[in-house]
Amino acid sequence: MSTLLDTIEPMIYQSQISVPYTWWAGDTAGRFLRSLRDEQKIMGTRCDRCNRVFVPPRKTCPTCFTANESWTGVESVGTVIAVTVARRQLAAIPKKVPVVFALIKLDGADTALLHTIEGIDPDRVAIGMRVRACFTDQAGATIDAISHFEPVE
Amino acid sequence: MDKAAIVGVGMTAIEKNKVHDGFADMAWEAVNLALSDAGMSIDDIDNVVTTSNDFWDGRTISCMAVSDASGARDKNVSCVEGDGTFGAFYGLTRVLSGVYGTTLVTAHSKGSESVSSLITNASFDPIYERSIGMDMISAGALQASAYMHRTGTTAEQLARVSVKNHGNARHNPKAQLPLSIDVNDVLASEMICDPLRKLDCSPVSDGCCALIIANEDRAKSAAKPPIWIRGAAFCADAYHLGDRDLSRADALTRAAKKAFAMAGITDPAGRIQVAELYDAFTYQELMWLEAMGLCPDGQAGSKLEKGAFDIGGRLPVNPSGGLLSGHPVIAAGLIRMAEVVRQLRGEAGDAQVKDPSVGVAQGVNGLCGQSHCVWVLSSIRP
Repeated sequence: MSTLLDTIEPMIYQSQISVPYTWWAGDTAGRFLRSLRDEQKIMGTRCDRCNRVFVPPRKTCPTCFTANESWTGVESVGTVIAVTVARRQLAAIPKKVPVVFALIKLDGADTALLHTIEGIDPDRVAIGMRVRACFTDQAGATIDAISHFEPVE
Repeated sequence: MDKAAIVGVGMTAIEKNKVHDGFADMAWEAVNLALSDAGMSIDDIDNVVTTSNDFWDGRTISCMAVSDASGARDKNVSCVEGDGTFGAFYGLTRVLSGVYGTTLVTAHSKGSESVSSLITNASFDPIYERSIGMDMISAGALQASAYMHRTGTTAEQLARVSVKNHGNARHNPKAQLPLSIDVNDVLASEMICDPLRKLDCSPVSDGCCALIIANEDRAKSAAKPPIWIRGAAFCADAYHLGDRDLSRADALTRAAKKAFAMAGITDPAGRIQVAELYDAFTYQELMWLEAMGLCPDGQAGSKLEKGAFDIGGRLPVNPSGGLLSGHPVIAAGLIRMAEVVRQLRGEAGDAQVKDPSVGVAQGVNGLCGQSHCVWVLSSIRP
């Protein structure tokens, strides 16, 4: 068996699993996505016990395990707290590299949002940078209604 | 905790692409090696826990597809989706329940058969995160940036982890990537996602590991002296990366504290003699060492430079070569446990640490170490 494989191509079965999914955003994410689409406004949920604002919003607080009852708007400007520049065109990346991924803590939020930064030389991105959300009306009520972030001048 | 021990370990070679073996074939090999190591037959196994991931395997209920080759027919078999250390934890609780005298635990995956970037992208939330295109490497790179920013750890120090672990793998016949490299080779390798270069990242791998956990009574009939489970604990952090302080691993700190306390260890940095940690990326080895209290916060890089974590150092870390030298997802943490067992038995050949009696193994599940499972193992009976 092992010598056989030295001289011929091994048998392989090539396939692809393609299953359509419909993920409902639900009430909480739905309200957030509607605000992005209709008002270009970023909303978070607040845990009144921990006094923390979650962006993106969650129905429950992971820290104290209670429901987040109230909503609050946050700024569309924030601070980069972790950043990377993808240089290799990894299969998951839809845009052409280099692509900048960052965790951005928006002013008024206590958690950070994952997104991309454009409009800057990738070699100049750094933790602590101030960035602003850029919106598009082409993406509907999805997270892509924030098309990217760009540096604040 | 009642006494339980690891009495048999077996693993396939870790390879880039196992064309000779399907999932069940790998399980068959690892299970038979573990049984022979324990001096047991499949009839001595009271129940089986298999560990796998459906997305990686490309099939639904993937764990059941390896049950025949794991000798599970006519037995109670159960499954864990996640790292092998979590499967082992479940296996341990089954032995401690008193219902089963032995548990066979297996963990397998074949990274070669799909596309790692797409598989790990699917672990991101589909509503809020997935569309921007991140995966395990870019997530690790984000964490590396936060860790380096907070601690001042340098790219050269990261590179030294790669040099050490690939170098250690030269003594491990089952490792996929034994390499004789220096810091410059790492720093000259392709930048994949800043600050992680190709040689900062573990490879895509195929492999399977099996181990047998027994209660005290059944451990007596094993072929080799038992390796006692002195402490085992796991802990999870929040799911979303933006909810955590990515520069720290609080969940690991909690899991390690609990596991060390169970083992009666108050000074892990002084007591642990060998560590096999989940170094999916170079920075993780340093970060995990600090989070586990095996090294003061922010000092792992400088201690590494002084040789503290070499095979002959004060605390040898990943003498097997670690994940950097072979990373079959799911099996990876179970392999860490098996490697600590080999060290405590004195079976590690040229990678052997001098006379260790207490070691620690760590497994990770979830992006950027969302959850951690820590095992304190010892040749000394509790």
